[in-house]
Parts: sequence; structure tokens; C-alpha cells
Amino acid sequence: MFKKKKTDITPTPQAGAAAAEAVFEPTPDMFEKLDESSKNAEKIAYESKTYFKDAWGRFKQNKMAMVGLIFLAFMILMCILVPVFSPYTYDGQDLNAINEMSSLAHPMGTDYLGRDLLVRVMMGGRISLSVGFAAAAISMCVGITYGGIAGYFGGKVDMVMMRIVDAMYSIPDMLYIILITVVLEPSMGSILLGICISSWMGMARQVRAQVMTLKEQEFSLAAFVLGASKKRILFKHLIINSMGPIIVSVTLLVPSAIFNEAFLGFLGIGVPAPNASWGTLANDAKRFMTTQPMQVIWPTLAICLTMLALNFIGDGLGDALDPKKK
Amino acid sequence: MFKYVLKRVLIGFITLFVLGSATFFLMKAVPGSPVSGERYRTAEAQRLARIRYGLDKPVFEQYTAYLGRLAHGDLGESYIKEGVYVDRTIATTFPVTARLGGITFVFALVVGITLGTTAALSNKKWVNNLCMFVATIGVSVPSFLLGMFLIIIFGVQLRILPFVGLRTPANYVLPVIALSLYPISMIARLTRSSMLEVMKQDYIILARSKGTPYKKVVIKHALKNAMLPVVTYAGPAFAFMLTGSFIVETLFSIPGTGREFVSNISNRDYQMIMGLTLFLGALIITFNILTDIISAIIDPRIKLK
Repeated sequence: MFKKKKTDITPTPQAGAAAAEAVFEPTPDMFEKLDESSKNAEKIAYESKTYFKDAWGRFKQNKMAMVGLIFLAFMILMCILVPVFSPYTYDGQDLNAINEMSSLAHPMGTDYLGRDLLVRVMMGGRISLSVGFAAAAISMCVGITYGGIAGYFGGKVDMVMMRIVDAMYSIPDMLYIILITVVLEPSMGSILLGICISSWMGMARQVRAQVMTLKEQEFSLAAFVLGASKKRILFKHLIINSMGPIIVSVTLLVPSAIFNEAFLGFLGIGVPAPNASWGTLANDAKRFMTTQPMQVIWPTLAICLTMLALNFIGDGLGDALDPKKK
Repeated sequence: MFKYVLKRVLIGFITLFVLGSATFFLMKAVPGSPVSGERYRTAEAQRLARIRYGLDKPVFEQYTAYLGRLAHGDLGESYIKEGVYVDRTIATTFPVTARLGGITFVFALVVGITLGTTAALSNKKWVNNLCMFVATIGVSVPSFLLGMFLIIIFGVQLRILPFVGLRTPANYVLPVIALSLYPISMIARLTRSSMLEVMKQDYIILARSKGTPYKKVVIKHALKNAMLPVVTYAGPAFAFMLTGSFIVETLFSIPGTGREFVSNISNRDYQMIMGLTLFLGALIITFNILTDIISAIIDPRIKLK
């Protein structure tokens, strides 16, 4: 094949001379009009997608994650609206209607003091969900700052900071949370503090690992060469670029915080009465487990479904935000 | 290898020291006197108790005395109940917890690995989906809720399984299921993903092309190498089972360390809480170190990280 081509190209000396003499003259019939559609070759047909728009598109494809998201939105809406519009209050007792089963007046029945369970479960949801989201938000801020600094500065700073995290990490979080809650007396604040103290370490480790790989890349060097301050490089360049995995673990921190709070409620050191979270509601109803099982089932169902929804959302986000992971 | 082990053990001791100090100062921060309540009604009794427990000394002196006692393995005694010591309480309650935990651990390993391997190797999509659905449910349903559901369904409504104490083998069924669903799910997830990874490796293809039977390839070649993440998970699983036992033992009236811990929390018996926390913390730290060393022996690459 190669040989044949070679013989084709090699022209005879006479033909070569003739080609050099002939002047190339373009005539109109050599051209044709462009058709309309190809005139806009430079135009971008699709709207350019940012990273998060792209991720949202992929997230929407994931059915379980969308179901989770819709359920979570529904739950939050119910927790906000039901106590506002219900004729009952979460602590209003009606001793004529004790331990009632589900009815039109009380869709989830009433508890041993005649309090409407639907309102109580939704008020419990307000507390449980706010503890969950607040704990996740605080842990995220602390973890990002701590892990970011350790990862960016490296060396001895990193050594000391990460050894502290290692030391704290190997003790189960439940022990901290219980100790802190017991010592400070159970309240929203002490529970939140306990959960935050135990949950920022995982985030710090992850952010550190991300920052350590990102700071070796060219864009970080470019920012440095342009004279950006260390703080700016760390927070505006490195942290922003590791936001994907961070968001995923924050979504997974929320259910674990809700779980921890319910665990405390179940041990009898949850939010004090008459307030109630899902954990304390389940704990209160534990005594009537054999006679009134529905009183246990409502709050536990709320916890399980919410945690399931959040886990599905987290998994979906994990797939959506990481294009390599498919 | 020796250096690695030494480093891990050293970090373990530092952790234990931090935990010990933290619990000590936290307990000092508790408002009110530690020697009050029913046992010390008169001022004289309170004064004597203060001298007996060394509470009249400066805090720093108390702290060093406390560390000295810890170094000798003395975990302290209750200020609320006469003659109740942490180490004796552990000696009577921990065997129960250890037995329940051991059975749960083995059960979780067997079921988790089976589920994960089935999900990874099955050609049918629904088998994979079913296994992973079970695993997601297991991660989302806390053990205490599962325990209550099990009691309501099997103990109260159907009346087919006992749910108080641990007298007969049938008593173990419900607590073990309640305690093991979470580790099962985690192990199944880990096994599935590492199994999928391993089955793509060249040496598996080689073993298959040599004519080794499929079953043998899976069990002898693939599973062995897919187990590494599961081994690494053993430490966290152990910690989970200890804290999970707080709830499960309380729910099923099992006289173990977990129930003891919870009852001390409701009695606000700070000395007992402190001693038991240290014991559980030390146990978990030891187990984490063991897990790390075992994974480093199995996979020498780990040390480099």
C-alpha cells in the first residue's frame, strides 16, 4: 500500500513543469452558497452548564434520591405548618381523651396525657431536624477551617493538628455526647455541643486530604504567583474546589446527628419536657409499647423515613457531584 | 513493622490520657457537690466523705492522685452507693456483653459477607437491588428503633420469641438481630464494592483461564483479597456494638455493661459513668490498634499512607 502511494505521488518531470506554468483562476461556478444552518458555526447550541447545574441534571436522573428529596421537603413543610394550623398545641392536655387510637380528630391518636400525637410528632420533627441541620452546619464550618489549615500548611502544623484529631477520633462519639450532655444538663444547646464536638473530625480529615491534593495543582500555583494571600488561596480556591465531596458528607452528617439526638432521647437525656424530639417521643411511648404500639410507631417511622430519605439524597449527591464515579 | 506498631500504641496511650483527663475535668465541672443526696444527709457525713474520697485536696492534687490510681488499673468507686466499685461491676457485667457482642459479630460477618458477595456476583439485577436495599435500610434504621419494632412484632403481637433477659438460646435471636443489622449493612456494602473491584483483576482472569472452578476462584482467590476493607471496618463495628449495647441491653433487660452504664446515667452516678467510660474507651482504643496492625500485616501498602 505504502509503495503504491509513493509511485502515485511521484510525477513525471514534464507534468510537474506544466502544473507550475498554469495559473490558477477561480470562476464563480467553483463556489456554492452556504446553507443557512451552517452560517452560525460559532454559536453554542447548548447553554453552557456550570458544575452545579450539571450535577443537578445528574441528580434528577436518580429516582431514589429524588423521592428522598421530595419526602424531606414534605416532612419539613409538615413540621412547619401542622403545629400552626392544628387546633391542638403540643403541650395541651385533654384528660378525657387519653391513649386514643387514630381518628379524624387526632390522625395519630393521643398519648397518655391526652396530647395530640400528630402535633407532638411534628413539633418533635422541628427539634430533631433543626438539631440535625445545625449540627451538620457547625461541624462543616469547623471541619473545613481545621482541615483546610492543616492540609494547606502541612509539615509540623499538620502533624500536631492531625494527631489531635486521631486521638479524638478513636473514641466513639456516643461517649462524648453522653458525657457532655450529662454534665451540662440536657438541653438543645448541650446536645448540639456534644454532637458537634464529636462530628467535626471526620470532616476535618476529609477536607485536609482534598486540600493536600489540590494545593499541588497548577491553579493553586497560579493564584500564588498572582500574589493572592494564603487565606484567599485556601478559602477561595482550594476549599471551593473541594466543595463537591464536602457537600456529600454534610448531607450524611444530618442523619447521623438526628440519630445521635434520638439515641440521647432514648437514653432519657434528650430535650427536657414538655418539649419533645422524635427520640424522646419514642422513649416516652416505650412504657406503653405492649398496650399502645402505635404511639411508638409514629415517631420511629418519622425518624426512619427521614433518615432513609437523607441517606438516599446523600448517595445521589455523591454520584451526581463526582462525574468520575459512575 | 515494629516502628509502626510502636507508633500506634503510643498514640493509643496519648488518646487514653486525653480521654481520662477530659472525663476528670468534665466531672469536676458538674454543678453541685458530688457527695450529697441520700447517702450523706448530715454535714458531718459529708465532711467525712470529702476526706475519704480526697475531695478536700486541691484539684491538681486530686488529678495526679486520680492518674496514679488509673495507672494501677483502679477505676474508682461509686460515691452514691456504698461498696460499688467500677472494676467489680465490670467483672460481673462485661462477660454478658462480650458474649452477646461476640455472637453478633460472627453473625454480622457471615450474613454481611454473604449478602455483599451475592450482590456483587449475581447476574440478575433484582438480586443486586434487593441486597443493596436491605443494606440501605439497615444503615437508616437505628438499632433502638429496630429493637422496639422486633419486640412489638415478634414478642408482643405474635408471641413467638422471648424478649426479656438471656436465659435460653431463643432469647438471643431478637437482640442479636437488633444489634447486627447496621454492621451487616456496612459489611455488605464494603464487600460488594471491593468484590466488584477484585473480580476485574488480572489474576482472577488468569485463575479462570487456568480452569479453576468458579466457586474456588471466588472463595480462595477473590474473597480473600476483597476482605481487606471489611477487616478495616472491624474497629468501628466493635465500637458501634458497644454503644449499641447501651440501648439493646436496656430494651431487652440484659444485665450487661451497657445497661449498667445507662442506669448510672439516670442515677447521675458520676464516678461510675467516669469509670465505665474509661473502660469502654480503653477497650475500643485497643481494638482499633489491633485492627490497624492486622490490616497492616495483611496489606503492607497501608503503612505507607
